[in-house]
Amino acid sequence: MKNLIDLEKKINSELTTKINKTDIKHNQIYVEVDKEDLIDVLLFVKTNKDTKFRQLIDITVVDYPEEVQRFKIVYLLLSHEFNQRMILSYFINENEVISSITSIFPSANWMEREVFDMYGVNFKDHPDLRRILTDYGFEGHPLRKDFPLTGHIESRYSEEQKKVINEPVKLEQNYRNFDYESPWEGTKYIKELTKTDDKKN
Amino acid sequence: MTKKIKNLNLNFGPQHPAAHGVLRLILELDGEVVEKADPHIGLLHRGTEKLIENKTYMQAVPYFDRLDYVAPMNQEHAFALAVEKILGIDVPIRAQYIRVMFCEIGRILSHILNVTTQALDVGALTPSLWGFEERETLMTFYERASGSRLHANYFRAGGVHQDLPVGLERDIAKFCETFPKVIDDLENLLTDNRIFKQRNVDIGIVTKEDALDYSFSGVMIRGSGVPWDLRKSQPYDCYDQLEFKIPIGKNGDCYDRYLCRIEEMKESVFIIKQCLAKMEKGPIKTFDGKISPPSKKEIKQSMEALIHHFKLFTEGYRVPEDEIYTAVEAPKGEFGVYLISDGSNKPYKCKIRAPGFSHLQSMDYLIKGHMLADVPAVLGSLDIVFGEVDR
Repeated sequence: MKNLIDLEKKINSELTTKINKTDIKHNQIYVEVDKEDLIDVLLFVKTNKDTKFRQLIDITVVDYPEEVQRFKIVYLLLSHEFNQRMILSYFINENEVISSITSIFPSANWMEREVFDMYGVNFKDHPDLRRILTDYGFEGHPLRKDFPLTGHIESRYSEEQKKVINEPVKLEQNYRNFDYESPWEGTKYIKELTKTDDKKN
Repeated sequence: MTKKIKNLNLNFGPQHPAAHGVLRLILELDGEVVEKADPHIGLLHRGTEKLIENKTYMQAVPYFDRLDYVAPMNQEHAFALAVEKILGIDVPIRAQYIRVMFCEIGRILSHILNVTTQALDVGALTPSLWGFEERETLMTFYERASGSRLHANYFRAGGVHQDLPVGLERDIAKFCETFPKVIDDLENLLTDNRIFKQRNVDIGIVTKEDALDYSFSGVMIRGSGVPWDLRKSQPYDCYDQLEFKIPIGKNGDCYDRYLCRIEEMKESVFIIKQCLAKMEKGPIKTFDGKISPPSKKEIKQSMEALIHHFKLFTEGYRVPEDEIYTAVEAPKGEFGVYLISDGSNKPYKCKIRAPGFSHLQSMDYLIKGHMLADVPAVLGSLDIVFGEVDR
């Protein structure tokens, strides 16, 4: 589709019940789907001649620990043909297993491994679900909001044992997270002021 | 009598001069032919994304220098653009030209390093000696503009940190006159070199289809004949006002990718020249006092400016709730930032999309059936930097 509004109409009319919500902002289309419909929707937007989202740019997760549906899984897609970007997302609970899309996009392999490593989201039918970025034998999922910034383990070389050992993190001072509850607001009034000034002039 | 032969497993790295960093590659060899490659990455993982979630928007910028440390400012650009789009602020035209100029300098920095080290990997030493001299000159430009040779921390949401010092524009213009000669010299050494061609032509071929399937971008996709460059297709800053060509390859092998990089360097020089010609005196960051700090002079005279300065460097600025994906054409491919802001002074989530990650992923597909000696050639042409792959 040549423009995003046509694309939005097309997706909504072709996939009707499979789409929960669509939105256009920042020159991108944001689509929300259900967990079960992911494969169908992806196959459609990849193969349909009016969409052609042939490339998977990235897969990532947003963590909202206070929600019941804690993880928001996000797929970023790109259509070279129509020069458009789509952001596809859905929510899942903490222990839900989701289907892997490696059979549709081969490049999803490492991206899903990274999601598994960083957030502990499990994928069904993934050919090789191992940790990827963290160390061998690492425990925990670092990008979850409840994982501390300093981590749990630190490594050092032990002179007595003549080898590198792992110990629980010891800090002289904890990382301080300042709470900025201030009335200092964003940028609104300056913009309004300049606008009114412009009008006066 | 028949004898059973077992495949040999070879551990390439984690410290290997041809791995361009810390890559552990486990190769399964049948004689000298590679059957399977399993890259183990993450040895340089620093948790950049986690750190950014805990820092203000301004404090997040230096982490981007440390991703692809060969072309630092290109990464900053992606983050600055993402924040600007959410805040909805305009960047003064001079700042746009400065940013584009330094991004192109970054592109030359990265391509020199890649072309010459790839030559080094397949046995040619001289190109790297000649090329690194030019990189040194370019890094001096970085230093004069930002105060640092590598970790520039120069781009800000709304412009750049400070104006160019006197004489820098003249020196960059001088460099643009002398540098094409160096590219020609490098080409004399490599382009028709028999050994270089034997090591690169028809090695690591990527078809158009596979380039799309494996999420390739940048030179990796252009080398296979897909004319796709974000500077042209989704122009950001002032790229739509500049003239340049997009070189594409034909065969998708290591040699075509080398040729693309050489041509891109020539185009970059052309872009820098245009930036210098079009750049006029003027502001270099947005006037919005809630986002960019006031000048030193104002701080001395105005109480309000002093408060702004203090609040900006302690609390930082707040970014309204939004979700955005912004990508730039970094030297290695599409470098993207997926940013979620929640109205506070820190990003709620900042996912970094590094081009090298998906390129390295395809190592198994690229190297299958090649000889062991082709591993460094293929790895070199992927243009991997572990700062961005491991994040």
